[in-house]
Parts: sequence; C-alpha cells; structure tokens
Amino acid sequence: MQLNTISRFGSTGLVVVTDMGRMGLYLLQIIQGCFRVPFRFSELMRQLNFIGVGSLVVIFFTAASTGMVLGLQGYYSLHKFGAEGMLGSAVSLTLIMELGPVLTALMVTGRAGSAMCAELGIMRISEQIDALDCMAVDPFRYLISPKLLAAFISVPLLTVLFDVVGIAGGYVAGVQLMGVNPGSFFDGMQRSVTNHDIMLGTVKSFVFAVLIVWICSGRGFFVHQIKGAGFGARSVSKVTTQAVVLSSISILVFDYLLTAILI
Amino acid sequence: MNDISIEFKEVAKAFVRDNGSRQVILDNVSFSIPAGKTTVIAGGSGQGKSVTLKLILGLMQEDSGHIFVGGDEITGIRGSKLKELRTRFGVLFQGSALFDSMTVFENVALPLKERTKKTDSEIKKQVLSSLEQLELLGHENKFPAQLSGGMKKRAGLARALQLKPEIMLFDEPTTGLDPVMTQEIYQLFAKTQEQIGYTSVIVSHDIPKVFNLADQVIVLHNGEVEAFPSPEAIQWSSKPHIRKFVKTTMGEIYQSHLVEQ
Repeated sequence: MQLNTISRFGSTGLVVVTDMGRMGLYLLQIIQGCFRVPFRFSELMRQLNFIGVGSLVVIFFTAASTGMVLGLQGYYSLHKFGAEGMLGSAVSLTLIMELGPVLTALMVTGRAGSAMCAELGIMRISEQIDALDCMAVDPFRYLISPKLLAAFISVPLLTVLFDVVGIAGGYVAGVQLMGVNPGSFFDGMQRSVTNHDIMLGTVKSFVFAVLIVWICSGRGFFVHQIKGAGFGARSVSKVTTQAVVLSSISILVFDYLLTAILI
Repeated sequence: MNDISIEFKEVAKAFVRDNGSRQVILDNVSFSIPAGKTTVIAGGSGQGKSVTLKLILGLMQEDSGHIFVGGDEITGIRGSKLKELRTRFGVLFQGSALFDSMTVFENVALPLKERTKKTDSEIKKQVLSSLEQLELLGHENKFPAQLSGGMKKRAGLARALQLKPEIMLFDEPTTGLDPVMTQEIYQLFAKTQEQIGYTSVIVSHDIPKVFNLADQVIVLHNGEVEAFPSPEAIQWSSKPHIRKFVKTTMGEIYQSHLVEQ
C-alpha cells in the first residue's frame, strides 16, 4: 500500500519533470525557429491578422468596459476622501501597469490561444505534423515561430490599445458622467505615470505574448504525449481547455512575479 | 549502389502501459529490405507494423539494437543528421496526412518550396505535371476535405514523390478504398516505382492483393519477424502462426493449393 503510494508519487513526478523538460526544449526550438530560413513572411502576416487584427474588437470592448468601471469605482472611493482629482492617476496607473497587460493577455489566450492549441492538436492527431517531419521540414519553424513572432508584435500593441481605450473609458465615466474636473484628471495622470510604469507594462506584455504561444501551441503540439489526455478529438478538446487554464494561471503568476521584480 | 536499403539488427521496442506493464512490440528482430524492390510488411493489428515504419523514419527510438539505411547507422541520430536522413524518404500516410487548410496544389508544392531553390514558375510546372500524371489535374484548387479517398491518396503520393525519394514508405495505403480504387492505387505504385526506381516498403493488411506488388514479405507476429523471399514462399511455411495467418488472410483456397502441392 505504502509502496504503491510512493510509486504513484514517483511516477507523477517523472511525468511532470518530463513534461517540463519537453516544454523547455520546445520553447528553445520555437525561438530558434524565428531565426531560421526560409522565413515565412506570408504566414507571419496571416498570424498578425488572426492574433492582432482579429482581437481588436474584443480588446476594445473589454478595455472600454474596464476603464468605465474603474472610473466609476474610483470616483466613489476617492469621493469619500475628497480626492476626486486623483482619478486620472488611479485609472491610468492601474491600466498601464496591471490591467492593460493582464486583461489583454487573457483575452488573447481565450480567443487566439485556444484556436492555436486546437489547430495544432488536430494537425498532430491527423499526422500532418509527422508529415512535415518526414519531409524534413522543421515544424517548429514552419508552424509555431510565425505565431510566436506575431504574438510578440501584436500583444504589446493590443495592450497599448487597451490602455488608451481604458483611459478614455475612465475619462467618460469620471469626467463626463460624474463631473470630475478634466484638467485635474489629465494633470494627475501626467504627473503620476512615469516611463518606468510604462516600461513595466510593456515588459509584461512581451512576456505574456511568449507565455501564450508557448503554452497554448505546446499543449496542442504534444497532444499525443500528454499523459491522461486520451485519444482523438476528445484529447484535443481536453488539451485545449488545459492550455487556456494553464496559460491564464501562468499570466497571473508571472504578473505578480514581474511586478515584484521590476517595481 | 548498396543492395540492402534498410537493415534491422537485433532491434527491440516495447511500450509501458498506463498500468505499468510492458508490451513488447519488437523482440530483438533482424531483417533486411533489398534496394529497388518492394517489401510488404504484414501482420495483425497491434503487431508493430506502424512502429517499424516510425523506427525507420526516426519518429520513434528503438530500445536496443541497430537500424541501417543505405549502409549508414541511424540509431540515435538527431538534428541535422536526422533531417538529412529524412530527405531520402517519401511517406504516404494511412490518412494521407494532407494539410487540410491548404489546396491540393499547395500541398504538393510544399516540399519543393521548403526544400529546393526552385522558382515559383518551375514549381508550378513540376506540380501540375505530377498532378496530370496522377490524374488530379483540374482538382488542384480543391481542399483535401473536397476530395474522395482515392484522390486524397493520389495527392499524398504526388506530394511524397516531389523530391524523388530513394525509399518510399506506405502506411496502410488502401485503407478505406473500394476494390477498384485499391487496384488503381497499386498500379500507380508500380508505375511510379518503375519511373523513379525507389525502394518500396508497404505496411498493409490488404492480403493477398498487396502481394501482387511484393518481391519480399515480412510478417510480424508477437514481437517476432519472419521474412519470406516471395509472396509464394509464405504459403510453404510450416510455422503454425504463419499457417494461421495465411489461412485467415487468404482463405482456404490457398491451403487447398498447398495440400495439392
């Protein structure tokens, strides 16, 4: 009985270590793939369109709603202390340093990350990735690296869009609806937001971009090797759910770590 | 040219099941596949036919033993050497493995785009000529989902042959095809082999039809390998499991013929 428990513990440990090792190597290979020829420019454009342009609407609405809620909540909290003038500063700092990068990354994970995982999972179970291997075409360079580059370019840009729309939402709620002075809103924002704050948000968005592609594409790419995932279409659906959960948790954990390190 | 194209020496492969038990697929097997000929690998389900193909391609690693391709040992090779090895192979997968988001033309052109320095017009000319040869002209702008089973196989064959491989591996090439289409596909294999001169390895359970193509037959059973120099020779085997295999796959008529002999 005791031996069985130890054996199960050891076996789970081995699976975790193997999985981590595989994913570590995978990250290296997809980064290397970005620098290998021939470069797939048209695929990069397609992915930029899918990850970047395709996410514009969801990012716009999430940012507008978040900014407006922040404006309202911020107003009610600050009003208690007679500090409504700090609203611009509170909204912009919260968005630029935390909510912008995190919510953008979570939205991109839900929209593009899940699609990425399912696409690669289906390619794996229908032997399309094996076919690439057999043609001596590097599947990392061919399939994943354009996705990584596209996310690396578009996630920070989407974050900037989130910040701008969010601040505009905060302005509408705080200034237009609640009557905060527009001058103090912008003055507070200008005085409190530093280059360092913007840098922190930008670094986060780059890191999240890599995390999304690494985890979501990796789960789909290795769907056949994931213990307990099962087989066929069910394995793809299971692994896609897993990828979205894992990617979202990683974004939240890395958000804390990066804030703790860089602030 | 080396007379032996592929050689297995004492190769063993086993899988560990979820419950911890070992399933032996290949138990120290040795056999060789002659160059320029057709070898059929036969055997029941789960006997290791597809594993054998994956070992040859380096998609899977053997537990022990040595595998040689054209005289070069491929055991444990990785990276650029593995890539170089794969340039010698063409593979037709069981489900054709066409890229479902690409058209037939894009599928067939992919190896040329990725692995050669040919211009777009040269690629177009070569691909269209291959498609014409395999009677797929007019279907080049269709997606795999719009093709019949036989057309998918032909498109997969066209893609696999673009780089004129030294060895062609066919994994259950006629699964899901009707008898007429099966016959057409076999004729295409023979025709393209005559043109290119590749070594053909066919994993199939389409017995005895596939034997029409075979120069050599390898039977996998319970981790062991039995090689026969011709499809006829398999019928003379006295081993009970081979006799059972012949009886199940070819029927009584062949056994009656044996008895007469």
